[in-house]
Amino acid sequence: MDFNDSPKEAAFRKEVQEWLDANAEKRGPDDSSALSMFSERENPEMIAECKAWQRKKADAGWACITWPKDVGGRGGSLMENIIFGQEEAKYITPANIFMIGLGMAGPTIQVHGTPEQKKKWLPSMLRGDVVWCQLFSEPAAGSDLAGLRTRAVKDGDDWIVNGQKVWTSGAHYCRWGILVTRSDFDLPKHKGLTYFVVDMESPGIEVRPIKQITGGSNFNEVFFTDVRIPDENRLDRVGNGWSVSLTTLMNERMSIGGGMGIGSEMILAELQRVAEDAYVDGVPAKENPVVRQKIAEFYSRMKAMELTVNRTLSALSKGGMPGSESSIIKVTMGILLQEIAAFAMEMQGGLGAEFGEDASFSHGMWQELYLGIPAIRIAGGTDEVQRNIIGERVLGLPAEQRIDKAVPFNEIPTG
Amino acid sequence: MNFLFDDDQNMLRDAAKKLLRDKATFESAHQHMDRESDYDKDLWKLMIDNGWLGIAVPEEYGGSGMTYLDLAVVAEELGYYYAHTPFSASIFGAVEAIMTAGTEKQKHEYLPKLVNGDLIGTLALYEKAGRYDVAGISAEVKNGKLNGTKLPVSDGLCADVAVVAAKGTKGLSLYLVDLKQSGVSRSLLKTMEVTRKQATINFENVDAILLGAEGEGESLLEASINRTAILVAFEQLGGAQRSLDMARDYAIERYAFGRQIGSYQAIKHRLADMYVKVEMARSNCFFGAWALTSSADDIAEAAAVSRIGAVDAFAYAAQENVQIHGGIGFTWEADPHLLLKRMKLQEALLGGGGVWKEKLYKVLSSKQAA
Repeated sequence: MDFNDSPKEAAFRKEVQEWLDANAEKRGPDDSSALSMFSERENPEMIAECKAWQRKKADAGWACITWPKDVGGRGGSLMENIIFGQEEAKYITPANIFMIGLGMAGPTIQVHGTPEQKKKWLPSMLRGDVVWCQLFSEPAAGSDLAGLRTRAVKDGDDWIVNGQKVWTSGAHYCRWGILVTRSDFDLPKHKGLTYFVVDMESPGIEVRPIKQITGGSNFNEVFFTDVRIPDENRLDRVGNGWSVSLTTLMNERMSIGGGMGIGSEMILAELQRVAEDAYVDGVPAKENPVVRQKIAEFYSRMKAMELTVNRTLSALSKGGMPGSESSIIKVTMGILLQEIAAFAMEMQGGLGAEFGEDASFSHGMWQELYLGIPAIRIAGGTDEVQRNIIGERVLGLPAEQRIDKAVPFNEIPTG
Repeated sequence: MNFLFDDDQNMLRDAAKKLLRDKATFESAHQHMDRESDYDKDLWKLMIDNGWLGIAVPEEYGGSGMTYLDLAVVAEELGYYYAHTPFSASIFGAVEAIMTAGTEKQKHEYLPKLVNGDLIGTLALYEKAGRYDVAGISAEVKNGKLNGTKLPVSDGLCADVAVVAAKGTKGLSLYLVDLKQSGVSRSLLKTMEVTRKQATINFENVDAILLGAEGEGESLLEASINRTAILVAFEQLGGAQRSLDMARDYAIERYAFGRQIGSYQAIKHRLADMYVKVEMARSNCFFGAWALTSSADDIAEAAAVSRIGAVDAFAYAAQENVQIHGGIGFTWEADPHLLLKRMKLQEALLGGGGVWKEKLYKVLSSKQAA
């Protein structure tokens, strides 16, 4: 056990800090913008800034630290990736719109793609030239993802796709998407799926924004009407789509849980700022023992989560794929931040009712966080799905009895 | 950076498991509950023979000079296998207090004997007020003579020497007190947990030797209790893991409505929540072990987060273990209540979540100010 950087890691960290100093501005002490999520719909200027930052990182070799060199990565260690993330979080940088590509699609293509496919998609993904989206959930297939009904039918060298996807973040600015379809309705539900990469500019694709509870529109519905996808854009075998999807989902849990950039120190500083300005019973909130103990408790729980991420990465460094452990982070993060945001709003008294950046406390960030969090608890497998995963795969508990597994898909009862 | 135990500790853990699996059983705990005897003497002897008592004590004081990472691993297994010996009181309590506050001479005099089992030590802090700060202590030392009453004192019936918090002429101070001298009277204190015997000890004009500077009791105690708390947090972590494992095994074995109860989400999700809390606590405890071993500046923060996490995880796991066992969990014959009671004892003796959250807030605020 050694919580400190090894000499090699310390040298790496110094190199990162020097590069960041030269290329970005340090975050001020009262900058709480990391708490904001799912508020403003991404516009072309924002996308351009994000792409420029990613390209800058790619040129300097920081874009994908853990990816192998032959696909354009740095061939670095997980710990180096953590170090870069820790340091980058101290600077003002554009939002990370590349999570689905770099965190999910990229790793999936690396595992299931052919050499040609890797060459075709990974370099431009890594450089941030194109952004990727994920076309998994459907109106009738959320937690029960394998119940999806978007139909893919083979036609010569192409597939023709019809159906509807939902909760697709960034569909309005993404060029490529990862798509799971049903290619055989007569097989049991998990056997008839096929996984594609789809060009979002293909004729027949229509993207419609969804207005979220935050008031913003970061997610979309995507409609497919006779969309042609060349067979060369199929990932892995026909009928093997479920296994490919699981690779994506495992990586998704990891990136949603670990990649939010909200840490224990940040939460502590932000909560203390509110506790200094807010009053409880006529004295600053920070002098109230209940307030102090809640802040300490939240810090302790945030710390536990960070250390758990680090512990998981230490285990992964010694070999192995991201496994069910990442469900722990996913299931802890959402509810914890929700409690923290609710507490910060409670400290504000009546002003907790305010909303928007003119709000009296923290530019309304706590309210934004509070409303954004349900997405974290639902996306990428709900808290309940994560508990099933922990129960069954980690603790070895018996699976739920199911009536939908062994029968042909088109005989499963639907509502 | 490496956030895991090393191979050395993994080997030690395997050895500890092998020994404790057969020797520290719930069956023996059940038998022990009805007995007058103080502790599991056979197990205690095995621990001495295996050198566990002196794992983290430097060689110059008779220990084996290994690390606190090693001691933490043993602590976790002691908690997991429900050992009932004076290990916690003597090694995590008295030894740490002497290491923190003792003079060289005192360390040379006491530590070798505590490490080889010739002496059993304990902490005598609490009194009727239920707290051990200045306001809660009335025991007094005048002209080297101690008067007062301490309770509860862990393993107070079998201990040979106690570290006592009492008021000296310059304020709260720590003292070493030989419990075999006349003027010391002790009796069994009735407690919820009955395998780790607690005592009430009355001191009447007994010799007390100053431990550390006079009047510095509060800060010395703070420093030494932080160390104790990290090691006890590992015991609690072990107990929490055992509660989870027991509940999980029962959920697989027990059928209701024609199915294993672990297949119902009501049970499965609760077990998942237990697992998450245990893993979160484990991460904070690792921070504690690391701080004890290599990062003294972090000990106060690490002790608080270890303790907050361990108290929370053990409470949830032990309570829900009883619940998942249903009616059988409410019986004396079954094992879940042993863990429930151990949990409550360990929470009471070093302070619950609220106490440690207040401490943590102070530590964090002074860290920010600096």
